[in-house]
Amino acid sequence: MWIAKIVVTYKSGILDPEAKTIQHALGNLGYRHIQEVEAGRYFEVQFDKTLNIEDAESLTKEICDKILSNPVIQKYRYELKEVDK
Amino acid sequence: MRFGVVVFPGSNCDHDTYHVLKKVLGAEVFYIWHKETSLRLFDAIILPGGFSYGDYLRVGAVARFSPVMKEVVKYAKEGGPVLGICNGFQILLETGLLPGALIANDGLRFLCQDVYLKVKNSGTVFTNAYEKDRVLKMPIAHYSGNYFADDDILKRLHDEDRIAFQYCNADGDLSDQINPNGSKHGIAGIFNENKNVLGMMPHPERAAEKILSSEDGLGIFKSLLERN
Repeated sequence: MWIAKIVVTYKSGILDPEAKTIQHALGNLGYRHIQEVEAGRYFEVQFDKTLNIEDAESLTKEICDKILSNPVIQKYRYELKEVDK
Repeated sequence: MRFGVVVFPGSNCDHDTYHVLKKVLGAEVFYIWHKETSLRLFDAIILPGGFSYGDYLRVGAVARFSPVMKEVVKYAKEGGPVLGICNGFQILLETGLLPGALIANDGLRFLCQDVYLKVKNSGTVFTNAYEKDRVLKMPIAHYSGNYFADDDILKRLHDEDRIAFQYCNADGDLSDQINPNGSKHGIAGIFNENKNVLGMMPHPERAAEKILSSEDGLGIFKSLLERN
């Protein structure tokens, strides 16, 4: 069975106020070597055992494009992992 | 003129909108449950404010897949007037009926306050009760009202006269200091290409009676009522 581990983040050039606030807070805590913070959402999607890796990958892309990300402002990356269940 | 107010799980300005149309303006208005699949009977559709589906995933992202939205898209493409207020605006963007996106306010705070808006285009079914450049007072109440679009889209919105409202001060001046949420070009509301779809963050239904300190929002509903 395949699991898709998906991370959705803002595209570069789009100011993410949440990431900026976290970065600022880290600065306030005294961490001096942090240049950039990126924030995002993480999803794990488990497919049933009828899907092979090619099907799992195309379905992952489809749901990322269709609902898990908003392509106007966000990008996504994923990895597929095989699990025994 | 028959209005339909769409009700999603988590809508909370549906009753306010219904009240203004029915009690203040005496219009014919019905609620439309989000599972409805026909809008044939309506002359205008309103997507009200609220927190549809608890704002899960992204604001407006899940409501977009409600059965009624397929019909709303069809209705809008056929030229029917569709007004999205606050969460309704967010849903229209996720649906793709309007361009761009709404992200968290730049101050990362929920904003609940009166703002001033400048009417940028008074020649549409939603705004013809106003004069151009008139300054309106109405409230905003949102966390994700920071309008984002790339430069190409912003240019098109300007060139095609598709900016409905911009945040301004009481005198109608526009500046970055007045912009409450970080929206690009201080945009508070936009139209689609044919100007039969309007999305806006401020709440005209909360500024439609004297007792609520402003009646400036009434013009939007009156414009729709008197369009024929």
